[in-house]
Amino acid sequence: MSSVFSIMISAILTDNYVLSQFKGICPFLGVSKKLSSSLGMGLAVIFVMTCASVVTYPVYSLILEPFNLEYLRTVAFILIIALFVQLVEIAMKKTLPFLYRSLGAYLPLITTNCAVLGVTLANIDNEFNFMESILNAFFVGVGFTLALILFTGVRSKLEDCDIPEAFKGIPITLVSASIVSLSFMAFSGL
Amino acid sequence: MSNSNFKEFTKGIIKQNPVLVSLLGMCPTLAVTGQAINGLGMGIATTFVLFCSNIIISLLKNVIPKEVKLPCYIVIIAGFVTIAEFLLHGFMPSLYESLGTFLSLITVNCIILGRAEMFASKNKVLPSMLDALGMGTGFTLALFLMGSVREIFGSGQWLGMDIAVFENIKPMTVFVMPAGGFFVLGCIIAFLNKIAGKRPPQKTGCAGCPNSSKCLRDSEEEVLKK
Repeated sequence: MSSVFSIMISAILTDNYVLSQFKGICPFLGVSKKLSSSLGMGLAVIFVMTCASVVTYPVYSLILEPFNLEYLRTVAFILIIALFVQLVEIAMKKTLPFLYRSLGAYLPLITTNCAVLGVTLANIDNEFNFMESILNAFFVGVGFTLALILFTGVRSKLEDCDIPEAFKGIPITLVSASIVSLSFMAFSGL
Repeated sequence: MSNSNFKEFTKGIIKQNPVLVSLLGMCPTLAVTGQAINGLGMGIATTFVLFCSNIIISLLKNVIPKEVKLPCYIVIIAGFVTIAEFLLHGFMPSLYESLGTFLSLITVNCIILGRAEMFASKNKVLPSMLDALGMGTGFTLALFLMGSVREIFGSGQWLGMDIAVFENIKPMTVFVMPAGGFFVLGCIIAFLNKIAGKRPPQKTGCAGCPNSSKCLRDSEEEVLKK
């Protein structure tokens, strides 16, 4: 139980993927303008990350490891993720159209989201077992969503501010991301 | 070298710098630049992968079917990333250790996929090679600049050497931390906007991503529905 709790705290707060490990910055900056889109992206990422870990873990421990093919993991994992995202998109369209309408637009973007590949590789590097991998992936997704939603709030305040000409657009977004990241550093003592 | 080929090389360094102008490949730019040497190593590794994958993709542009081009590109890129990992592991183990997972994550660096999609799949081999070298150099320079600023202010060193000015001033550790990464990148882009004297680019990294056409189309549809 304590390991579950420590995985949760570390994935969501202390080692937040976006704000302290810099994975998944593109969607973080790209889709954090509206609350609805950041929530949609966040849920899609949680879903794909968890499912991708469910698939990649057995592939690594049952196929790659016994045949000494560990070096192929990047190739294998990215293929699995790309394939999986396609499958999820097709399946969701057929069976869960209401979910597809809200998440569908974000699914193709997730293939190239480095947080997803990152979490599957991190599961292996940290020598998690199957259950821990799935939990870790789920909580990393939750941390990603939390960061995205918090940042959407910050950005909506920025809209009304008088910003120097040179800082308009992406520079001020990065500087405010820095402040949000600074606030997350406070968790590092946990 | 003819004039147009030379342009393919130089455009990536300043005019279309992948990090500072097109805002692509933000994750490695922020993550590995705590020290200048790591930024340089990451830049060179990415350039190697970009160069090789651009050549192969440009050679295979008529063979790869349109429907499955993204998976094909990703597999080619992932193959070269694995080679780069082996080379670094064998010859520069300390750099390999400090880059960590981000070496594997070169696979999903949007600069490489973006260049494959936007340039190598439409052009001959020689321009693709030059394009890759130019973009790679631009990326490496941006990372080196980021790394230098963060290392000098954050730990009072540059490429591991102590800097005399900082003997009496305590370095600001926050620059080496994640928060400093965002801050330095924001300031560098703002500074470039200032000296370029033009309106800064409003688009984020998404616009250069190969999936953006689909994504943007979907979000437009969303707006129309409302």
